[in-house]
Amino acid sequence: MPSFLVAPLAISGISAGLAALISITDKIVNNYGELTININDGKREMNVTGGGNMLTTLAEEQIFIPSACGGRGSCGECKVKVTSDIGPHLPTEIPYMSRQEIEDNVRLSCQVKLKTDVDLEIPDYLFNIQRYSATVERISDLTHDIKEIYLRLNDDQKIEFSAGQYAQIEAPPYGKVKEPTQRAYSMSSSPSDKKHLEFMIRLVPGGILTTYVHEHLKEGDRLDVIGPFGEFMVRHTGAPMICVAGGSGMAPFKSIFNNMIETGEIDERDVWYFFGARTAKDLFYVDWLNKLQEQHERFHFIPALSEPQPDDNWDGETGLITDVLDKYLKQEPLASVHKEGYLCGSPGMLDACMDVMGTHEMKDEHIYFDKFA
Amino acid sequence: MNAPDIGLWTLLFGSIFTSNILLANFLGMCSFISISKDMKSSNGLGMAVTVVLTITASINWVILRFVLMPLDLLYLRFIIFIIVIAAIVQMLEMIIDRLSQSLYMNLGIFLPLITVNCAILGVSLFVEIREYSFIQTVIYGFGSGLGWWLAIMALAAMRKKIEKAPVPPALQGSGITMITIGLMAMAFIGFGGMLPVQ
Repeated sequence: MPSFLVAPLAISGISAGLAALISITDKIVNNYGELTININDGKREMNVTGGGNMLTTLAEEQIFIPSACGGRGSCGECKVKVTSDIGPHLPTEIPYMSRQEIEDNVRLSCQVKLKTDVDLEIPDYLFNIQRYSATVERISDLTHDIKEIYLRLNDDQKIEFSAGQYAQIEAPPYGKVKEPTQRAYSMSSSPSDKKHLEFMIRLVPGGILTTYVHEHLKEGDRLDVIGPFGEFMVRHTGAPMICVAGGSGMAPFKSIFNNMIETGEIDERDVWYFFGARTAKDLFYVDWLNKLQEQHERFHFIPALSEPQPDDNWDGETGLITDVLDKYLKQEPLASVHKEGYLCGSPGMLDACMDVMGTHEMKDEHIYFDKFA
Repeated sequence: MNAPDIGLWTLLFGSIFTSNILLANFLGMCSFISISKDMKSSNGLGMAVTVVLTITASINWVILRFVLMPLDLLYLRFIIFIIVIAAIVQMLEMIIDRLSQSLYMNLGIFLPLITVNCAILGVSLFVEIREYSFIQTVIYGFGSGLGWWLAIMALAAMRKKIEKAPVPPALQGSGITMITIGLMAMAFIGFGGMLPVQ
């Protein structure tokens, strides 16, 4: 062999040997095989390939941990509570953690590499959030400005949610709107119907999504829905529920009451449902609610009109819903018992109702609502 | 080629104390000065240096004896040694990451940093010059690592004290550190003649 070849060959040989050694080590050492991720104490178990980071591995399994930065470790939002031992916090996680979170072993899922089986705790609502594509099965007018849309989930998809939660409806670009637009709406269908979703959508003049639904959407159209979100749901404490709604704020209560009928809870606790509207033509589902009141003696429906018209022949409560609420909270049987407040309506209505409830010694932590309007 | 006639205990103590790689040979200075600000990091780096030194010195000895010397390629030893060190550090990082998360966390950034630590290359080269046997090489590499670890811990401890001392403004930071290292080196070199490890 020519002598000038010896040196290059030796260097290449040694380098190649070392490179081979590194890749063999990599194959053996970084092969974590199939791992099991156990979420919320066995609620869902999945087998995944180890070695990747937790955020992307979970996303591949259709579990979407919120992450604004997309896994670069700069937003600190993809926090997940890990209940099994996966080693100490990394320097890249610490800046985003409070002392309490470090104690609870809350981790930044984009920074944690999956090396062993892990047990996770994530909020149930995160666990269920998905994008669903749906087909509009029915659109009906509830009042002159509120439409009810009934969607069927495509491809045999099923959605799990709690009565009272909401979803983001996405309108495709239309007319002058160039981008898909998402808006939050409460489901009005019962959670037991996992293949359908129903929403009540009131026309907001100039509103992108409401205009789309009211003027463009037809039966048979496709619509994407992302959800479910929200913490607005019935607390099963047995305490009397003071429910207050206005307009399309009826939606979550329709879902809640239907769910309570199915579970029998409606006969086990007192429910007072105050519904505010301007005139009789803004009222809807009155027959259904009156029938509920007849069938279930602990259910009370109190509609109130703020501006009843002469030809409405209104003989029910009159005045602002807050005044009516105040009147009922003042007198028995509601005045002296511990009550829970459930609110759905415009932000202005929510604040006013909170004030009234506050004056009747209902604490903020016992008043539930999702504010999105 | 005959290995020098040095007892293994002598070699171990010699490489730790009397001919400390840092304070007698002044190798591995850059990380010595920059990392010794903090005790915890110093400990991590010292541990990493010890492990890497022992392993690379041994592997380089094998390559030296069985590849470079027979092929008469001694002039390539610098390049080859560096490649070997880089590769070993890489592998070690993967293995430690897998085996012991807490050790990996302790070493942190220092493991890859070791690739460019001159003490590591220096030991491999000394081994060649002094014609150590394989066992001697392992002991010498290990001892040098311990010596480096000891020196950086000593300096880190001193710097912690110095932080609170009224150092003249012109000498603050690396100035006083250099003087400290000089004094330390003098103390170590004072023992230089005791053991026949050069």
